[in-house]
Amino acid sequence: MKSWQARLALIPVLVWAVATLSFFLLRAVPGGPFDRERASASREVEAALKARYHWDEPLWRQYTRYLGNVIRGDLGPSLKYRNHSVNDLLGQTVPVSLTLGAMAFGVAMGLGLPLGTLAALRKGGWADHAASLLTLVGVCVPVFVLGPLLILILGLGLGWLPVALWGSWKTAILPALTLGIYFAARVARWMREGMLEVLKSPHVQAARAKGLSETAVILRHVVPVALVPVVSYTGPMLADLLTGSFVVENLFQIPGTGAFFINSFFSRDYTMMMGMVLFYSVLLQVLNLFSDLLLRWLDPRIRS
Amino acid sequence: MIGRQVQRNALVRKTGAFCCLYWWVGLVGSKVSWSAARALGLALIAGACFFAGCSQAERADLVLHNGPEPETIDPQILTGQADGRIASALFEGLTRFNPTNGTAMPGLASHWDISADGLTYTFYLRPEARWSTGEPMEAEEVVWSWRRAVTPATAADYASQFFCVRNGRAIVNGELRDTSRLGAEALDAHTVRVHLENPTPYFLELAASRVFFPIPRRAVERLGDQWIRAEPLPCSGPYRLLGWRVNDRFRLARNPHYWDAAQVTAKRIDILSGDNPSTALNLFLKGEVDLISDRKIIPGELGPELAQRPDFHRFDYLGQDFIRFNTTRKPFHDARVRRAVAMSLDRSRITARITRMGERPSAAVTPAGAGGYQPPAGVLWDPVSARRLLAEAGYPEGRGFPVVEYTFNVGSRIYEQTGVEIQSMLREHLGIRVELRPLEWKTYLAEMSALNYDFIRGSWVGDYDDPMTFLDCFLSDSGNNRTGWKEVRYDQLLQAAAAEVDPQRRFGILREAETLLVTEAVPVTGLYSHVGLYAADPRKVGGIWPNRMDEHPFFSMRRIRP
Repeated sequence: MKSWQARLALIPVLVWAVATLSFFLLRAVPGGPFDRERASASREVEAALKARYHWDEPLWRQYTRYLGNVIRGDLGPSLKYRNHSVNDLLGQTVPVSLTLGAMAFGVAMGLGLPLGTLAALRKGGWADHAASLLTLVGVCVPVFVLGPLLILILGLGLGWLPVALWGSWKTAILPALTLGIYFAARVARWMREGMLEVLKSPHVQAARAKGLSETAVILRHVVPVALVPVVSYTGPMLADLLTGSFVVENLFQIPGTGAFFINSFFSRDYTMMMGMVLFYSVLLQVLNLFSDLLLRWLDPRIRS
Repeated sequence: MIGRQVQRNALVRKTGAFCCLYWWVGLVGSKVSWSAARALGLALIAGACFFAGCSQAERADLVLHNGPEPETIDPQILTGQADGRIASALFEGLTRFNPTNGTAMPGLASHWDISADGLTYTFYLRPEARWSTGEPMEAEEVVWSWRRAVTPATAADYASQFFCVRNGRAIVNGELRDTSRLGAEALDAHTVRVHLENPTPYFLELAASRVFFPIPRRAVERLGDQWIRAEPLPCSGPYRLLGWRVNDRFRLARNPHYWDAAQVTAKRIDILSGDNPSTALNLFLKGEVDLISDRKIIPGELGPELAQRPDFHRFDYLGQDFIRFNTTRKPFHDARVRRAVAMSLDRSRITARITRMGERPSAAVTPAGAGGYQPPAGVLWDPVSARRLLAEAGYPEGRGFPVVEYTFNVGSRIYEQTGVEIQSMLREHLGIRVELRPLEWKTYLAEMSALNYDFIRGSWVGDYDDPMTFLDCFLSDSGNNRTGWKEVRYDQLLQAAAAEVDPQRRFGILREAETLLVTEAVPVTGLYSHVGLYAADPRKVGGIWPNRMDEHPFFSMRRIRP
């Protein structure tokens, strides 16, 4: 494995490669940001609009201009939302998506870890069967079914929770559940497998032989080791939570980045699209690096 | 105060919940991952605090769902309907729309004089007209705003609305650089005189439209293109802007300096942005939204059922769906073929089976009743004559007719099913084979403009209540023509209509032009006129009425207290 310094140094190269690739790929798609249902008032008006966004320059000039701006940290103006820059839009929406992701992460851990632990301790019993049924359902039911179901029951039927929007803490419960339940089920399965593996290992026998109470054995000698597979899963899970929130954000009308994943392509908002791609490729790279470092620190076997 | 208390309670409760999680992770984490667990727990608590800080205060007096996030709310730049609604809450023209029927009534101007030849309008600005920042609005600022709108560098797509003003067209087309030659002048601080190229019976409605709104000169000179982001934003309409969060909401407060502020009863309104129709409906059913102002964000499949409810309001809307033929390409370069196809379309089958909202089938491009005008019937459904025409064009029983593609934009069940229906009608009546070509929106627009299609779905929504807003799309040099059809006689007829003072004679000329368009040459054939739908519980929201323009001014809109 390469040193983390080397991986950090690779990030600018990654940014350049992603920016270049997405810049030219997007231009190859038919239709552009200025194709509108209503034609411009005149050719002069259309030309002025294109000149404002440097659309009248040769492609290589636009490309170097874009790269230069990216180096300065300026992702350019949005081509669709004409009163906003890409930095502005990301600045407004990223914190929302991160908050939603963090809450769904909380759901995944808060439900998944206890459920997995319980299932492993009661292996073969009814609790284990119930847990495995629950996790099966959690993994199988897609978000676009689970979300409307939760809205129908908890929002419209019982009237306990708001059906959409992003504001008070109540509004966050349904989206966090909808997004988090799938991951909770995955975490529960990892945790159960991990626990069963560890329970069989000699060091647990030794701890029991030492005369420790069963609770102490579980808490001190089983759970920490069983957590390793779960932690190694958190990296990809965080990535999925952050990029997979499109459906949930759309369903609950949450002002996060999700809307831009799809819409900025359909509206040919090139700068916004590239801004999203750049931002998320850097973020995911950093997250992966972080989860690798965490694992190496947790588990000495990986270090050697 | 109450809002703040609620927020504090929420914070306590949420932090509590996260503390439990923190404790649990800490407990099982034990030795090895103790610090990791603590870090995780702290991160979650930080998230909770951040989130609690974002809590909204209590509900606004009125909550509207406005559809997709506006691309811009700059009245001179915007083109979308959702964009226009926000702009009209914040700004006003010399005239404004009457909420009951969408016609013009006094706005920033208290009254006006029109010369006998219909060419000169003199508007008298209210002396009490002010920006929400307290600065007075003067006639010079109105003229300055209009000159800015027609300057090509402003890049206002709707600058074409100024073509009826003297020299407006020449300036927008870049033929005349001196914008001071636009036919608008300030006679004194409160009088604006407008000189028109032609008598324009709908000019008072134009003066109420967004691109004619006066804009705050000082803010524009300070911030340029991005003046709309000024804080505070000087507004001239019933409301002023408090906050704007993308894909969430605009928060507006009553504008105390609005000349008609006495009529505005809602202190604060929220205008939500979102593009999921099911979500909008859920919010409305739950009572969290008082008004859904756009048909596009009411679930299409439920439209016919919802229209039966007392809180959903259906109305005839100034819009039309039609088919464009590519007149530069075989086989539709032949008018007989176009007419044959137009005659084989049983439009009532589309409205009865697919759209199902009581749309009026129509082979014209102008919806019936636009400004009191009756469009010609166009080519009527007549499969027998259609077959004869096709045979005359060299394709008896459809023999030798190439396979043609019908292009439409994806995103609506209705467009797809209409395509299938057209496909089956043409096979049944003419024996010709049609392939369907669904395209994603921007590709569809690009292909249509490049004339890279055989025949294609089209639609148009009127900008003002007059047939001209539909008919001028098909002028030879119009960017909206998109059929390749160029007809000098049609251009001349529209010119003659523009110069005509007598309204009935004018409509006569327009009808002659439209007959040429939809009965003889048929580069385009109508399918049906649009139906609009909005949702508002009449027991909760007052001051809004269905009208053909779908204009629901904010000054009259109010929440009815139980």
